[in-house]
Amino acid sequence: MNTNYDKVIFEVSQPGRVGYKLPDLDVPEAELSDLIPQDLLCDTELDFPEVAEFEVIRHFTNLSNKNYSLDQGIYPLGSCTMKYNPKINEDMASLPGFQNVHPLQAEEDMQGVLRLMYELGDALAIITGMDKPTLQPAAGAHGEYTGILLIKAYHEKRGDTKRDKIIIPDAAHGTNPATAAMAGYKTIELKSTNQGMVDVEALRAAVGDDTAGLMLTNPNTVGMSDENIKLIADIVHEAGGLVYYDGANLNAIMGKARPGDMGFDVVHYNLHKTMSTPHGGGGPGSGAVACKEFLAEFLPVPVVEKKDDGTFYLNYDLPNSIGKVKDFYGHFGILVRAYTYILTMGADGLKRASEVAVLNANYLQALLKDYYKLPLDRITKHEVVFGGLKDPLSEVTTLDIAKRILDKGYHAPTVYFPLIINEAMMVEPTETETKQTLDAFANSLIEIAKEAKENPELLKEAPHNTPVRRPDETKAAKDVIVVYQSTEEE
Amino acid sequence: MFPYISLTEQDEREMLEKIGVESIDDLFRDIPEDVSMNRPLDLPKAKSELEVAAYLRGLAEDNVCPCQMPSFLGAGAYDHYIPSIIKHITGRTEFYTSYTPYQPEVSQGTLQYIFEYQTLITRLTGMEIANASLYDGGSAIGEAALMCVNGNKKKNVVISKTVHPHSRMVARTYLKAQGFDLIEVDMKDGVTDLDALKAAVTEDTGAVVIQSPNFFGFIENLESATEIAHGVKKCDMIASCDPMSLAILKKPGAIGVDVVVGEAQPFGIPVAAGGPYLGYIAVNKKHLRKLPGRIVGQTEDRDGKRSWVLTLSAREQHIRREKATSNICSNQGLNVLAATVYMITMGKKGMREVAEQCTKKAHYCFNELTKSGKFKPFSSAPFFKEFAVVTDKPVEELNNKLKEAGIIGGFGAAKFYEGIGNVMIIAVTEKRTKEEIDKFVKIMEEA
Repeated sequence: MNTNYDKVIFEVSQPGRVGYKLPDLDVPEAELSDLIPQDLLCDTELDFPEVAEFEVIRHFTNLSNKNYSLDQGIYPLGSCTMKYNPKINEDMASLPGFQNVHPLQAEEDMQGVLRLMYELGDALAIITGMDKPTLQPAAGAHGEYTGILLIKAYHEKRGDTKRDKIIIPDAAHGTNPATAAMAGYKTIELKSTNQGMVDVEALRAAVGDDTAGLMLTNPNTVGMSDENIKLIADIVHEAGGLVYYDGANLNAIMGKARPGDMGFDVVHYNLHKTMSTPHGGGGPGSGAVACKEFLAEFLPVPVVEKKDDGTFYLNYDLPNSIGKVKDFYGHFGILVRAYTYILTMGADGLKRASEVAVLNANYLQALLKDYYKLPLDRITKHEVVFGGLKDPLSEVTTLDIAKRILDKGYHAPTVYFPLIINEAMMVEPTETETKQTLDAFANSLIEIAKEAKENPELLKEAPHNTPVRRPDETKAAKDVIVVYQSTEEE
Repeated sequence: MFPYISLTEQDEREMLEKIGVESIDDLFRDIPEDVSMNRPLDLPKAKSELEVAAYLRGLAEDNVCPCQMPSFLGAGAYDHYIPSIIKHITGRTEFYTSYTPYQPEVSQGTLQYIFEYQTLITRLTGMEIANASLYDGGSAIGEAALMCVNGNKKKNVVISKTVHPHSRMVARTYLKAQGFDLIEVDMKDGVTDLDALKAAVTEDTGAVVIQSPNFFGFIENLESATEIAHGVKKCDMIASCDPMSLAILKKPGAIGVDVVVGEAQPFGIPVAAGGPYLGYIAVNKKHLRKLPGRIVGQTEDRDGKRSWVLTLSAREQHIRREKATSNICSNQGLNVLAATVYMITMGKKGMREVAEQCTKKAHYCFNELTKSGKFKPFSSAPFFKEFAVVTDKPVEELNNKLKEAGIIGGFGAAKFYEGIGNVMIIAVTEKRTKEEIDKFVKIMEEA
């Protein structure tokens, strides 16, 4: 494995090389400037690389060797749900009859596409106890945005326009406040209890006739299920607001509890997390949304509907719709993967996935709590948050620990999130890891705890055997280089 | 038993014992009784891979697939050739099963290809900075418009009716949510009516949005539109461009455009029933700190080795979360990789050749189709790989005839433009052969 490869493609390029071949032009040859006026054409050559095909392959193969991926080992990123991506998902998404369908083909010519979207939406609604889905949003945060716009449209239609605030617990995902801002709302931050729960009294004090809604994830970002969840929803509803469910932690409760039954009005799903579709180094994802019936009239267009004769169509006729949040209908390729997973797992498998995800998290907690601080020592859900090393004498930080884990051949957990836990280190093993993997991973973390005491420098200097070692992020933000600059020019 | 869950009964027993509970149910006791599911989800039970694959193959076969029929359908999604190496590179699990590069030491592969992508996009557009991608072309317009009006504190955005109807709807959603107006400007002869544009742009206008080539395929007068936008203080010009056209057309950066966005699906990404696609955005340095989405920057590691990290994240949701300029969280990583491999594989010569072939084939198709006078040009404006014609018959009727002959026809503009009449938008990529074009023309003529 060549992890020392150090070229960018512009440095591989040699004038005159090509990596492509097109068929000869078979229509009559013409001068480009006879077809498009010269003043609209570019008069300089495109400054693109010139490389042969196998050089492209080699370049990217070498780059791929510098990546850690889920197929290589555990990816315990809390809150990101990095479960195994089944290979059948990929095969189904690349079926020619899905990959090559044009989104603007006649509806009767894409019944398979529409049926899949309809059935997936149905299944998603059932899993969360909701009524009506949209598959349009492109990512979790995009789903949040869509959901909050549904809430906004609801208040606006009722003429209830003074509701300009969204309440968000301080333990929320970073995207929640940003989403509220994107949707034109002000944010009220709600302090959590020392158990990471919503402080009910604080909530009572915060709600009012300016409350548009509350954004919440349950179990919350410290992995705890809120015992007052119904009361919380009631308080917000009584004040005239609606309750939004951030689906980031849905993997903990499938088949065990449903946001719809807890009183939530709208939810988003991270299909790229809960439903096992790969994250692709940052995307594409899918942030499908489902809502209760009273919000359905506001969903983005088009909505996939079923006619009496059993055929499917795209309904653009929703006069109160929020409009659209992206072109066409959603990340269809991701939808195929998610639906494949849901069919493979079935009702029983989804429930089992949540059970084992929770079992695995609690097992890791049990293995590690003698070595790492446990701010909330109780049964957790699908993820567990530690607060750095238990040994109060060590000057080693959570960042040092994370970097040292890389040396041991693992990806690091999520660090410094949630913000409410000091030196937070959030581990989410998911259901797809074996007991043996969890044991080995825990042993590495225990070793690190010992190293921290015996040889803290080893951690301070970590990582030692990765392709690069602690890149200088401050320098990157100060001397901004975001496009390639040839070293020869400097 | 489930193939993606590995615990044996013995594993489970040992783990429960270590935790100190009797059963898995004990781990769910914190869920209040009144919200606990005490019945199974109303979904079918687990199926084998064989059964699932059979079912989904059936659904895939329920579609009329352009893989078996030449297609002249464009209108925002294009049937270009995808070099074989793309699926092999994007299919490497080190790329597709990795996550957002939060730990740069073990994510240099992802970070570097994004850096290369950013560089290629700036070279294509003639701009200084590009980010790591946005969701798609439409949301890129929405994000760009918000970036401009939030930056220059104006009240409205002016957009041409020749911008993709879906994208205009997205822009409206994005702007309306923050209280900005979106003002649409009519078209004249298939392109933006520049007099109407001039009348619509006022001191309150924070950005002008033009798509070129536009929804009908025609090339807009970006230079004049930019002049009109810049006639108002602080007003930005946003151009949405098919990136493939930029291999031959004048770079928006050279014309003075402030923000270039668009849909990079033509670069090695299948049409896939509408997604996932790839929104790109490129700006000049003055917009760097307002640019939505992720950005990869070059730096050095502890040993002085060149390396890459996610940078300038203070704009994002990590710090001052309620003041974030955008809530965009993911980027289109794997599609960025596809587009990067496409741009590199085609390279300096291929990018130009493919764009030229599209142009020549589209013009051949246009000439053949308008020869007899049965189909009239919708516009006299120049075009790239797509154009529109006016027909006597409803587009649907023509498309049905074409379908009988094994061809997927063009797009009927009336679906999104009320009162426009029978206008068919026809896309001709480098994949269409002369034979296919001739057959298309013949059937259209006979219909």
